[in-house]
Amino acid sequence: MWGYLFLSPWIVGFLAFTLIPMLATLGFSFTNINLAQETPLTFVGISNYQRLTTDPQAWSSLAVTFRYAAIALPVGVILPFAVAMLLNSRSLRGSSAFRVLFFLPYVVPFVAGVLIWQGMLNAETGWVNGFLQTIGIENPPNWLNDTGTVYPALVMIGIWGIGAGIIVNLAGLQGIPTELYDAANIDGAGWWSTLRHITLPMVSPVIFYTLILGVVEVLQYFLVPLVLNNGTGDPAGSTLFFNLYLYKQFFTFQNMSYGATLAWLLFVVTLAITLVLFATARRWVYYAGER
Amino acid sequence: MDATVRVEPPAAVGPVMARRPRLRRDGIRTFVVTFFAVALLAAFLSPMLRAVTTAVKTPEQITQIGAPLYPADPATFEWQGKDYPIYEVPIDGQTRQLALTRKGRVTSEFVDPANPDAGVITWEGSWRSLPQAWTFAPQWANFGEAWRLLDFPRLLFNTVALAAIGTFGTVLSCTLVAYGFARFRFPGRTFLFTLLIATIFLPAAVTLIPTYTIFLKLGWVGTWLPLLVPAFLANAYDVFLLRQYLMTIPRDLDEAAAIDGAGPLRTLWSVIIPQAWPGLAAVSIFTFVYSWNDFFAPLIYLSTKPELQPLSVGLARFNGVHYRDPALIQAGTLMTLIIPVLLFIVFQRFFTRGIVITGVEK
Repeated sequence: MWGYLFLSPWIVGFLAFTLIPMLATLGFSFTNINLAQETPLTFVGISNYQRLTTDPQAWSSLAVTFRYAAIALPVGVILPFAVAMLLNSRSLRGSSAFRVLFFLPYVVPFVAGVLIWQGMLNAETGWVNGFLQTIGIENPPNWLNDTGTVYPALVMIGIWGIGAGIIVNLAGLQGIPTELYDAANIDGAGWWSTLRHITLPMVSPVIFYTLILGVVEVLQYFLVPLVLNNGTGDPAGSTLFFNLYLYKQFFTFQNMSYGATLAWLLFVVTLAITLVLFATARRWVYYAGER
Repeated sequence: MDATVRVEPPAAVGPVMARRPRLRRDGIRTFVVTFFAVALLAAFLSPMLRAVTTAVKTPEQITQIGAPLYPADPATFEWQGKDYPIYEVPIDGQTRQLALTRKGRVTSEFVDPANPDAGVITWEGSWRSLPQAWTFAPQWANFGEAWRLLDFPRLLFNTVALAAIGTFGTVLSCTLVAYGFARFRFPGRTFLFTLLIATIFLPAAVTLIPTYTIFLKLGWVGTWLPLLVPAFLANAYDVFLLRQYLMTIPRDLDEAAAIDGAGPLRTLWSVIIPQAWPGLAAVSIFTFVYSWNDFFAPLIYLSTKPELQPLSVGLARFNGVHYRDPALIQAGTLMTLIIPVLLFIVFQRFFTRGIVITGVEK
């Protein structure tokens, strides 16, 4: 009995802020519920979903999210791993100082980080273009205001968040038994095959963890554009992310039932991708002692 | 990035003569790897340096082409009661800093600030092609201006109060729940723990609309309650972190306390908590910084109440009003990030430990 008693804060929180709202979101999507509710509340069947299938903005917003994810996700998985490899290198002097400094931007408040990078990426006064001009690039891009470069620019803004990923990857690398490397060395394995056959399999659980969290995070991405341009979707709708569209449906147009429908679609898409990844995990994620 | 080569060949393999060149090769590799790391780190942190220098610049300097990267004013020289701008003038094969006293299309007149009594120097060429000279002049007053325009003391008070109360609630509730998971056997424990972990991967969007509606119906929107009450009802991350930590504490002392007649609460208070303080410290510092940096929840629940907002929302609002003045924006930005950064530097050991527990030990 004591166990349940100690768990009770979480059980109450789970019911009140997770389970019931989740089911309510599903329920809302079959009604005409609204914050103002000028018409009587009725069950409208699948009409919200019918609207969804013919709403071009919903699908182009989903496409925006996927296009961004196609760049952000690989960077978010590979970069922390690569930096962790560097920090774990025996040839690096002062690695603990590097570890602290690479982690540091992770604690910079979100809005502050976005504003700092917005200045950094400014076409005229930013240092990114200043650097590009110094190395001889005459017409550097107008990063955040050009549909061709806005996604790489947003990925750059996100780079300050890799601190946690670096630490997790580093802990994974440090957990690899040295004997494995000794054995590989005796067998004459080079750098690449050691990476391919020892390091990557041994840290694959960590990579899987960062990948899954990355998927959940990137599919909900919208706060950076909200801060940058107040959610206008500029340039040319290229930053009207799916979750931003959801946010506007609810907070700007006060459309609860359609917002709930969009939220449920986002949940199903996230769940589907996560489940597919879990299904493939058997093939490439190595859990010591499970075979 | 030659990083995995951590194992050197056993010393017996190579001839003794090979020792010297190999040492030198290791030295070169150390230099290259460390140099690369320094360059990467410099690029990674350079936005911070830009923010610091921009924050203390004048608006004129930021927009002027050819202005230096450090905060500076155009250099001037007072001559016969008037201020004249100083330019870098090439004369006789050397560049001299001279004050421009009379502008002309073909020839201009200059005065040497180091030796004004020598009189007017006439120089042939277009003065417009000359680079201006600058003097180092940080505009510290920008911080005072941002402080005033942001209403910084009020925002700071709100931020600290929200973070402190939220941290208290989180540590309290998560300790109780983690203790329940770590030390008691009851039906459905594994299922409930799996459910807890699953919520980490649940997109927040799917619960947002009903949650907001509940708070609205309760009349809590426009108050701190939607931000604080959930903190007292535990969260998956911190419960998981604390539970993993409590599992590493041996049960012998628990059992001894139980034999002495201590109840579960007494055991938690006088046996577990004294041993679990590094885990509790990690959760506290994490939660405090997380709450300090949180933007979305205060944005939606306090959008109509500027006087109740924390720094994150205040800064975004400030940016919307003063976006034409980058120096002010960067000064305000630095003022909001300094405390989390200092907390991290002081407590960085707890940070990394906490992340390792949640990320690896699954």
